Amino acid sequence: MLSALNLISQNLNAYLVLSGLLFSIGAFGFLARRNAISMLMSIELMLNAVNLAFVAFGAFVSTADPSHAAQASDIALIVMAAAAAEATVGLAIVIAIYRNRKTPLVDEYDAMKR
Amino acid sequence: MTQPDTIPLLGLGWNDLLFLAFAAVMVVAALAVVLQRDIIRAGGAMIIAFAALAGLYVIAGTPVVAGAQVLVYIGAISVLVLFAIMLTQTKAAPRALAFQTQAVPAAIATVILALLIVASVLTTDWPKQVATQVADARSVATTLFGQFTLPFEVVSVLLLAAVVGGVFLAKRERDRGEAD
Repeated sequence: MLSALNLISQNLNAYLVLSGLLFSIGAFGFLARRNAISMLMSIELMLNAVNLAFVAFGAFVSTADPSHAAQASDIALIVMAAAAAEATVGLAIVIAIYRNRKTPLVDEYDAMKR
Repeated sequence: MTQPDTIPLLGLGWNDLLFLAFAAVMVVAALAVVLQRDIIRAGGAMIIAFAALAGLYVIAGTPVVAGAQVLVYIGAISVLVLFAIMLTQTKAAPRALAFQTQAVPAAIATVILALLIVASVLTTDWPKQVATQVADARSVATTLFGQFTLPFEVVSVLLLAAVVGGVFLAKRERDRGEAD
C-alpha cells in the first residue's frame, strides 16, 4: 500500500526536505509574528532544523572517516549549547524591554523611529 | 528481533512508519507554533515539536543528540520560554492581533524559500550510503573531547557569559535589586 515509502527513514533527502520545511516554518514565524517571544520560538525552530540537517548528513553521507557520524553529533551538541545561550540572553532582553515598555509586541518598540 | 522487517499490511518498515509519524507530528506542531494565536498553546506545541524531533534523532542513529534534545530543549529552553510568556502576558497584549501586517508577503517569501530548499536538495547528487551510521556515546565522547576540545571549552565560556548576561539584563536597574 505505502511500499513506495519503504526505507524512507534511511533516505538523506527525506531528512533534508523535512529540515527545509522546518526552517521555512520558523522563518515565517520570525517574519510574521508580532510577539517577541513568538519570534524567539521561531528562531529555536530554525536552529533545530539546522541540527536535523547536521545529524542527517552525519548519518547518511558516506565518507572515509569512520568517526564522521560522531562529529556531526558533536556539532549538533555545540549548536544546542549556543541555542541555549541565545535563548537565555534573548528572553532576558525581552523581559528587560517589557519592564520599560509594558508590551511584548515588537511593532510597538518604536522609540528610535519617533 | 522477532518482529518482521516490514509491517505486513503497509509494506513499510517499522522505522519508516515511525519516521513518517514523527515527521508529521513535528511539521504539524511547528505550524501550530507559528500559527496559533494563543501564545501559551504555541509554547506547548513547541514542546511537542521538540519531542518529535528527538524521536527523529533516534531514528537517524544519534541517541546522544536525542538525549541532549530532551534535556536541553524540552527540559530547559521550553521552561524558560514558558516562564517568559507568563511574565510578559498581559491584557494589553491582544491575542487577536498575533501577526504583523507583513504576514502575507512573509508567507509568500517562505513558501518560495521552502520550494528552493526542496528543489536544491532533490537535484543535488549527495554521496549517499544505504545503512544508517550510528553515533554511539563512546565515539561521540571520543571526538568531542579529542578533536572538538577547543569548541567545547569555548562553549563553556559562552554559557557562563550567557548566564551572567541574562542575570544582568533581567535584574532591576535600581539599587534595591541588591537587597534580594
